[in-house]
Amino acid sequence: MVDVPFDTVAGVPPAEVGEVELYHPKSWWTRYVFSQDAKVIAVQYSITAMAIGMVALVLSWLMRLQLGFPGTFSFIDANQYLQFITMHGMIMVIYLLTALFLGGFGNYLIPLMVGARDMVFPYVNMLSYWVYLLAVLVLASTFFVPGGPTGAGWTLYPPQAILSGSPGQDWGIILMLASLILFIIGFTMGGLNYVVTVLQARTRGMTLMRMPLTVWGIFTATVMALLAFPALFVASVMLLLDRLLGTSFFMPTLVEMGELTKYGGGSPILFQHLFWFFGHPEVYIVALPAFGIISDLISTHARKNIFGYRMMVWAIVAIGALSFIVWAHHMYVSGMHPYFGFFFATTTLIIAIPTAIKVYNWVLTLWRGDIHLTIPMLFALAFIITFVNGGLTGLFLGNVVVDVPLSDTMFVVAHFHMVMGIAPILAVFGGIYHWYPKVTGRMLNEVLGRFHFWVTFLGAYAVFFPMHYLGLLGMPRRYHDIGETSFIPASAHDLNAFMSVAALIVGFAQLVFIFNLIWSLFKGKEAGGNPWGATSLEWQTPETPPGHGNWGKELPIVYRWAYDYSVPGAARDFVPQNEPPTRLSAQGAHP
Amino acid sequence: MAVAIILLLVAIASVVFHLFSPWWWTPLASNWGYIDHTITLTFWITGAVFVAVVGFMAYCVFRFRHQEGRQADYNPENKRLEWWLSVGTAIGVAAMLAPGLFVWHQFVTVPAGATEVEVMGQQWQWSYRLPGKDGRLGTSDARLVSADNPMGLNPDDPNGKDDVVIQNDDLHLPIGKPVKVLLRSIDVLHDFYVPEFRAKMDMIPGSVTYYWFTPTRTGTFDVLCAELCGAAHAQMRSKVIVEEEKEYHAWLEKQRTFAGLSEQGNVSKAAYKTGRE
Repeated sequence: MVDVPFDTVAGVPPAEVGEVELYHPKSWWTRYVFSQDAKVIAVQYSITAMAIGMVALVLSWLMRLQLGFPGTFSFIDANQYLQFITMHGMIMVIYLLTALFLGGFGNYLIPLMVGARDMVFPYVNMLSYWVYLLAVLVLASTFFVPGGPTGAGWTLYPPQAILSGSPGQDWGIILMLASLILFIIGFTMGGLNYVVTVLQARTRGMTLMRMPLTVWGIFTATVMALLAFPALFVASVMLLLDRLLGTSFFMPTLVEMGELTKYGGGSPILFQHLFWFFGHPEVYIVALPAFGIISDLISTHARKNIFGYRMMVWAIVAIGALSFIVWAHHMYVSGMHPYFGFFFATTTLIIAIPTAIKVYNWVLTLWRGDIHLTIPMLFALAFIITFVNGGLTGLFLGNVVVDVPLSDTMFVVAHFHMVMGIAPILAVFGGIYHWYPKVTGRMLNEVLGRFHFWVTFLGAYAVFFPMHYLGLLGMPRRYHDIGETSFIPASAHDLNAFMSVAALIVGFAQLVFIFNLIWSLFKGKEAGGNPWGATSLEWQTPETPPGHGNWGKELPIVYRWAYDYSVPGAARDFVPQNEPPTRLSAQGAHP
Repeated sequence: MAVAIILLLVAIASVVFHLFSPWWWTPLASNWGYIDHTITLTFWITGAVFVAVVGFMAYCVFRFRHQEGRQADYNPENKRLEWWLSVGTAIGVAAMLAPGLFVWHQFVTVPAGATEVEVMGQQWQWSYRLPGKDGRLGTSDARLVSADNPMGLNPDDPNGKDDVVIQNDDLHLPIGKPVKVLLRSIDVLHDFYVPEFRAKMDMIPGSVTYYWFTPTRTGTFDVLCAELCGAAHAQMRSKVIVEEEKEYHAWLEKQRTFAGLSEQGNVSKAAYKTGRE
């Protein structure tokens, strides 16, 4: 390893910029509510995201009840089913996963992992959370307005999204678009912070190529989000204008319930391009932080350096860049020019190569490791399985002609749940079990944690693996009831019922997890500062949980990369990033 | 140990499920067997990768699980291995992409002799139109939609007079003849989807999209809408009946043309106006 030396002091430059005084809290309000401490903001983001995520979880139960036992539940009709899928999808993708990975993990981990005292713009960071909370409240309010939330599908395709044939056309769609606009404003404030902090506030010695992969993942995802969300922003504004003022950005001449409307001249396909120009990078905005977290979990708990660090970094950057030129693979059967198919299928399948490299490097990190099967490690292993499964079915859907029979069927639903639902949420869980001791000073309960892991992993796999086969069969998505067909056998209904039961059990396990989070806060085992024996800086703070400003009097100085595990000759099986090489040699370690 | 076994079982169970699943694609009724072959090929390649990765992982968990005194290797990278894996992956990807693009080229290249058939979607029903004796469809426009002219056909277009209009009824197609399906909508997005034909394409108000196929099997097939189109999306159904040439013509004879339908409409309107009804 020439490029990421662990045994030289060279290259720790003097600090170029003096430290800036932080705004220290003066009251309970500014400490816990209107706090400018990234760690508090991270917890606020996480709690809000998980709270609205619970709503989406309940919606998924209702959907599964309807799909598994159609006609049994009189309180679910076609309109409500569409409202459930729409809100479930939108909440899970944007308000839960994006907010939790970037606002939650990003806020907590970036300053600690790069050795900064806080985000560079703490006040803007605080505003970011409050605007996000407002966006969540506006979204949640649609459950209580006349007509209920929008049922346009999470993709919100016009014209149907704003016409009277869809539920929630009255208030639901307007508030949904308003909420998205707010979310993007809030995210932009936070996102700029994360990027500038990584670029400007790293401590001495923390070169970019010494950063933990978690930071690389979150950093790249944030850059992507800052470039991709504006597309959704303009699409939302224009759709809102079409709905409220009768403009026709996306609306051609059309008939609504037999009556000619005043719309004319717009393009529904344009909306789809804008939506997916955001929507595809969004997949990786959720995936890249998960990639980073998983890399660090595997390395730490297998007590082995991540295999091929440099390749891992370049793979993250390459995936981030490529993901901007693949968006129309969501639109192979949208009616766009068919020749687009050749280009987008090629770019889409090329992205499989850097993605595969990441998978190889994860499993090669396990090779000849010292694998501790802790709960974070279990989640990491399960992440790899579900991510590989979902990634491979992506090779079906990305290959334009194969997508033709499969698109808009349950195969697609199974694919994206596996790859950007289950896999990232397993990374979230792994991350929470891993960092909870740093956030609270206590360990999560082991028994409850293992129960939560096995039920969630095996249960979710039992829900989504068989679902692919319903799609092969030709069962379309977004149907509240398939009804009579000549091609779907009765046994498929039994399979649906089985999947629903599995989904309910998985949902129950999440309640156990929430209980564990709360219970361990008071009764969990004391964790100490570095319970996993990890190398990265967040585990080397003088206090646990870290105080405001993170580092006490002096910022840490970094001498090595974040993966010095099981270094031959070292006294312990890990060498923290801020441990000076002299001390190492004094202990008789590798020169 | 237990963890390694469970991981391995997940891979094995997935393969067993795949091999013995009673849930598989519906028997093909069009020329797009190529698509099915490409899917099968993709299943083989991706299935092998899945089993290899999970199997390797399970082995590592079994072999290198923490035991007293174990120390992990220190092995930051291996350029050669990483390049070999990348090149191998690229070859596997190319093996799926090449046939995929080849078949896509066929999919988007409509044969010269294909008969045009129009499918129109609206919330929440299907209408069909076949060219008359002149073999050409007349123009249409959403602005012309009315109770008498629900498909919005242009009454001044001579090509459209003899067009066969089918409403609230099934579409019939002759076996063995390539069909170019012209797709349009007068309100929102829809998608004309017949699982047995494998092909599908969205219908967009304001434009005409298309795909082509050749029916290869007689029978009655369900038509579903595959693009979310509002509250009754799931109930937007119809049927396509593929039959022998002779039966098809017998059916076609009985259908009414646009001119015939509008004449009837005009007659009844006139009758209403003069108060004779």
